[in-house]
Amino acid sequence: MNEQKIRVLVAKPGLDGHDRGAKVVARALRDAGMEVIYTGLRQTPEMIAEAALQEDVDVVGLSILSGAHMALAPRILDLLKSNGQGDVKVFIGGIVPDEDVSRLKEFGIAGVYGPGASTEQIVLDIRAIIAKRA
Amino acid sequence: MTSLAHSVLTGNRLALARLLTQVENDTPAGREGLNVLFAHTGQAHLIGVTGAPGTGKSSLVNQLAISFRKLEKRVAIVAVDPSSPFTGGAVLGDRVRMRDLSGDAGVFIRSMASRGSLGGLAQATAAMVQVFDAAGFDVILIETVGAGQSEVDIARLAHTTLVVEAPGLGDDIQAIKAGILEIADILVINKADHAGVESTERALKSMLDLAHPVEKVFQHHGQSLAVVREERTHSASEPAANLWVTPIWRTVATDGSGLAELVGSVQAHAAFLRQSGEWSMRERARLAAEFDLFIQQTLVDRFRARVPEERIDQVLESIQKREFSPREAANVLLSREDI
Repeated sequence: MNEQKIRVLVAKPGLDGHDRGAKVVARALRDAGMEVIYTGLRQTPEMIAEAALQEDVDVVGLSILSGAHMALAPRILDLLKSNGQGDVKVFIGGIVPDEDVSRLKEFGIAGVYGPGASTEQIVLDIRAIIAKRA
Repeated sequence: MTSLAHSVLTGNRLALARLLTQVENDTPAGREGLNVLFAHTGQAHLIGVTGAPGTGKSSLVNQLAISFRKLEKRVAIVAVDPSSPFTGGAVLGDRVRMRDLSGDAGVFIRSMASRGSLGGLAQATAAMVQVFDAAGFDVILIETVGAGQSEVDIARLAHTTLVVEAPGLGDDIQAIKAGILEIADILVINKADHAGVESTERALKSMLDLAHPVEKVFQHHGQSLAVVREERTHSASEPAANLWVTPIWRTVATDGSGLAELVGSVQAHAAFLRQSGEWSMRERARLAAEFDLFIQQTLVDRFRARVPEERIDQVLESIQKREFSPREAANVLLSREDI
């Protein structure tokens, strides 16, 4: 049984207590055949990086609705890098103003999805970026 | 890739995480790593936690880990959740209940999907446990898929198996059916602050009185037929010389009540296994099964490599026409000298 599953950590950093979107995405990724590790609400960047390491994931999906993305995302990228996981791809879903999207991509965020983004597109983008890496 | 295994032995957590992935995917690197690490295994106490969905296994594992950390044990957790039978995907949510353990370098949690296995564990769970064992974890908690009545693989893997029940899940007929209750070394009634705990405990006790301890003694110690029935009380977890009386403990995993007693009982069970010689008997049975499996796999691989696929198709055809039984056909194909 030699399977290479795409492993994705879906995490909610910060203080907003609403994880409906994160659960919808987790389910869509599951239905696309991926293994999704779901961590629950109110995770610190340190907790997320630690979980990403222990689970040896390929992708981290962050759900951020609080507006704190410009603080949280670079911090998480830094922690992943210092743990030796600079190759992990990080996506953000949530409410992110357009002007922040390009800056987040400069930091190294692989994709940003706002309200109304289709889960099919997220699945396609993750598959494409993992295929490119391999 | 041997270097990955060597980094695991020096305590590198990233190497550990990566080797676990290789082992889970059964890659050549993973197999090689296991060979390197095997000499370092056999130290850890493997504790299985199983039970129906919703009984609070993950929360209990969280509390067990906290308790073992207080005793300065290094704790690894392997949590198995089911894969979708349709897409092969999975949502692994056990970490949600284990957030208390975050930030502690003495704890390592790994979630795994069952990937089509039906016994409550994944095919690679035993191998992943070996990696943690070699990496120097003192206690390895293995949480199964939410299990019903027949997912008993955990009892073959773990030294100590905890079966977790919760009040209100079934009547006393459920309790006397064979299967998952029989594999319990320790029974836990979690959510003991809920109504119905008394009747659950009564049902479990009567099940134990009917099935235990005579049966287990027959199974493990062929000649010791004379068994003294001991009064079953909560203090019955004191290890007797050659008889383990399955204790029942009440816990509330959300606030940690009952955990000190439960952990004491888990440790008493480990002491009992070592004292009675059962530790090495379980170890040997497990290794024998693993060895057997590899022999089978290797022979099947060799068979497939030497017998052309068209020949197998032909034979399948004649089996389907009822010209041979499957056993006869296998005997004919296996009579080749090079297999």
